[in-house]
Amino acid sequence: MSTTPPASMEHAQKAMTSDLLICEHCDTVYRRRLLARGDVARCARCHAVLERHQRIGLNAMFALVVTVMVVFVQANVWPIITLGFNGTEIHATLWGIIIMMWKEHSQVVSVLAACTLFFFPLCKMLLLGWLLAYGRKGRRAPGFRQLMVLLYYIGPWTMSEVFVLGVLVSIVKAHMYFDVTPDIGVFAYAALAVLITIFSSIDVRQLWEKIPESPA
Amino acid sequence: MSALPRAHELGLIGCHVCGLVCRDTQIDHAACPRCGSSLHRRKPYSCMRTWALLIAAFIFYIPANVLPIMRTVSLGDVDDNTILSGVIELWQKDSPDLAVIVFTASIVVPMMKFLVIGTLLLSAHRGTPWARRQRAALYRLVEFVGYWSMLDVFVVALLTALVQFGFFSQVEPLPGVVYFGLTVVLTMLASQSFDPRLIWDCQDDDD
Repeated sequence: MSTTPPASMEHAQKAMTSDLLICEHCDTVYRRRLLARGDVARCARCHAVLERHQRIGLNAMFALVVTVMVVFVQANVWPIITLGFNGTEIHATLWGIIIMMWKEHSQVVSVLAACTLFFFPLCKMLLLGWLLAYGRKGRRAPGFRQLMVLLYYIGPWTMSEVFVLGVLVSIVKAHMYFDVTPDIGVFAYAALAVLITIFSSIDVRQLWEKIPESPA
Repeated sequence: MSALPRAHELGLIGCHVCGLVCRDTQIDHAACPRCGSSLHRRKPYSCMRTWALLIAAFIFYIPANVLPIMRTVSLGDVDDNTILSGVIELWQKDSPDLAVIVFTASIVVPMMKFLVIGTLLLSAHRGTPWARRQRAALYRLVEFVGYWSMLDVFVVALLTALVQFGFFSQVEPLPGVVYFGLTVVLTMLASQSFDPRLIWDCQDDDD
């Protein structure tokens, strides 16, 4: 960053209001306080979470995203469940499921599954990876603004955790009639669910502040 | 001014997308200087949108429960399952614990969403200070558990892909699952379009 303050809108804005924080759930205004490790700031009016202490830095976040990518590939490549019946075996992979639902005239379900279990999680990972790869060097990635907004809208639509529970229920249901064994894919999915849970305590919005606008 | 000032009292707006605290310039179509999204004091047409989505979701919810979601064919025996009969089957065949999970995800959560969002909307219309903290907590709960209802949709998809032995055994999805999937998506959209700030927008401020 340069020493002379750039005259951009964002910087002017920052000078006025950067120490303020508005509760998203009730619009109460707070002055920001420094949080210690493990602290969670809650709104005094509606009790919603205002801010958490972020103990993970950009490098660690990047590492976590890369790990999620590796696990995600495994979860998609390997079969999730194997079903044996009279000597024949059927393996179900995520894409096998999506294609099967399309063929069975439930295209809506097929598209829902493809988006919430494959495309949105993939998008989220790639976006975060891209933003962080630049961010850890202290620079804003090309398209930072638009991609951050996109990330905000994709946020609630990834459902890999739900799928893990779905696999469990399916195994039990199919087990009533068949010989079912969980496959490598399901372990990859379980690992994915754990990583996603870790990630859910990270506020992606902090990237706006942690990666400053480079002086033009 | 109360001890806990609200954004409009200080002439501020928080960007809904990136959270930046901005000065309220009173201009229509003002954009957030940081992320470029348009700034609103409240989500635009929040009540109207939420009502529309909630009613649409409820319309889809009826066929989702009445129509079967899955057909199991086993040695020529055809068995159509609805959401509820699937839960009962799990309960009877040695997995009451999973039956409770599926029952919660597929029946309790959607019903709760209709009730909670409906209540939030009605009380927001009336601007009543009644149980605001609890209503705020209910809203956060609905936001948090909403997408777990997709569970049953994924189960049907998984079983369809797994069990395909032609005449001997086969699982097919039936239209109920499509309606159910759409119900879940619509209720998620409904809870996202509701603005929880409306809960606190009323005259007296005795909190």
